[in-house]
Amino acid sequence: MAKLGPMGFSPYPTAVNEGVLNPPEGKALLFDEIVDEEVAMREAAKAMLTRENPTIFPGPQVLYAWSEDAKKKAKLIKELAQVLGAKIIPMYDYRPKYPKINPEVEINPNHPNLTIWHNNIKACIFVGVHCHYANVALKIIRAETDCFTIALCSMEGHEDAMITLRDQHPEELEKFIKIAKEVKKELGI
Amino acid sequence: MSFKVFQINEEFLDVMPKEIVELQENATWGNPKRGVMDLPFHKELIEEHSLCAGCPEAAALRYIMASIPAPEDTVIVNSTGCTSLVFPHIAMHTIHSLFGNQNAVASGIKRVLEYRYPDRVKDVIVLAGDGATVDIGLDCTLQSFFRQEKITTICFDNEVYANTGGQESGMTPKGHVFKMAPKGKQFEKVPMWQLAIDSGCHYVARLTVSSPKRVESVIKKAVYVAREVGPTYIHLYTPCILEIGLNSDQGLEEMRSKDKERFEFFEYVSPQAQEVIEKRKAEGLL
Ligand SMILES: Cc1ncc(C[n+]2csc(CCOP(=O)(O)OP(=O)(O)O)c2C)c(N)n1
Ligand code: SF4
Ligand SMILES: [Mg+2]
Repeated sequence: MAKLGPMGFSPYPTAVNEGVLNPPEGKALLFDEIVDEEVAMREAAKAMLTRENPTIFPGPQVLYAWSEDAKKKAKLIKELAQVLGAKIIPMYDYRPKYPKINPEVEINPNHPNLTIWHNNIKACIFVGVHCHYANVALKIIRAETDCFTIALCSMEGHEDAMITLRDQHPEELEKFIKIAKEVKKELGI
Repeated sequence: MSFKVFQINEEFLDVMPKEIVELQENATWGNPKRGVMDLPFHKELIEEHSLCAGCPEAAALRYIMASIPAPEDTVIVNSTGCTSLVFPHIAMHTIHSLFGNQNAVASGIKRVLEYRYPDRVKDVIVLAGDGATVDIGLDCTLQSFFRQEKITTICFDNEVYANTGGQESGMTPKGHVFKMAPKGKQFEKVPMWQLAIDSGCHYVARLTVSSPKRVESVIKKAVYVAREVGPTYIHLYTPCILEIGLNSDQGLEEMRSKDKERFEFFEYVSPQAQEVIEKRKAEGLL
């Protein structure tokens, strides 16, 4: 199952290797359990609101204004960050960067652990990162850090994240923001 | 598709690294008159690199990136070697091919781009070291010339396999000794510029990168001729200061000395290429 790291310096066994698959349509994944979307959203909000240095990592699909959907999502992600009290660190390019990235202001999928270690991030949200790079980065994070990962995926999800929400479009983001506000109130934050 | 898809969403301008925002605000996009004179005033398409300090390959790349007439519509195909360390930092589409097959990859990309974007001009430029272009990739290089592919090939000739620690290449001059070629090169330097002419290139230039303006001029000519006529080839001397034992401030001096020797400026222009060059000059683009 997709445990919190550290699992040592190898990203294996991967979640799929351990029999954890993406959730079916309309459902979400909470560790290795298939749950309702609301349940996963509440847990995700709780993780972001209670763990240290929560951070949102937006990828190119939402950073750049390439579609109406992307523009809408950008506004909503900004609002979500405010509600969750989260920092935003962009994953604007996937190419490896030599000699090194600046972990203060960027995250690179080839060594995402550097940004997580540097900023002591204990909960994060991936959103707008293309699936193949989200898959790589989430495996590395799971293996090498104790960061609680949440994937807001517009497609089928990422079983290596601790919480996977699939088919996430602007309406679902709005729903997540609403739930996050409720959880925040319940927690008295 | 347009390069405007990379417009940053307003909401994220405050969290994007400064250099990425600058690329949007102050790089020279959509202006074929861009050139090396923009270097001090505009955002360069290279942010940083990990080549040795003072490596002339880095200077060459900066001049080339500043001179490419339409970076937003250009794909660069590169190969393994010192230059390949720079490509992840370039704000352009780049493809890292398998060592040696860069001209085959570029041929395919150019053909697909012509098919996919029939109404748009897309330039494809190969940029690789002497080992990749002239030794291991010579087959692919020459075959692309024979087939008259409309691509520009730029060879960074540092006369050695630099990235793997100093083996001799076909471009090493006779007698040169390198760390891993202790007996000295046994045969002559391959006259690649001549092979390019004989194999059907329409514009060929050989030069050092001691003069930025000259680099700009040959790059623009090569790209414009490749667009309309056929393959073009540029052979640049970018000495490996590390392997020939020079300090980081001695690259320019080394190139200047070779300006008068084996890298004396040489240009070949076919009659069709000449027509294109005249046309572009009349348009103020050269
Ligand atoms: C197919 C393949 N063969 C061999 C290599 C090993 N290799 C990496 S860089 C290099 C030398 C590159 O020399 P050159 O093209 O002259 O570029 P330079 O590093 O000198 O700029 C070689 C042989 C490789 N990466 N791939
Ligand atoms: S090894 Fe030579 S060619 Fe490579 S970066 Fe260093 S000086 Fe430049
Ligand atoms: Mg070389």
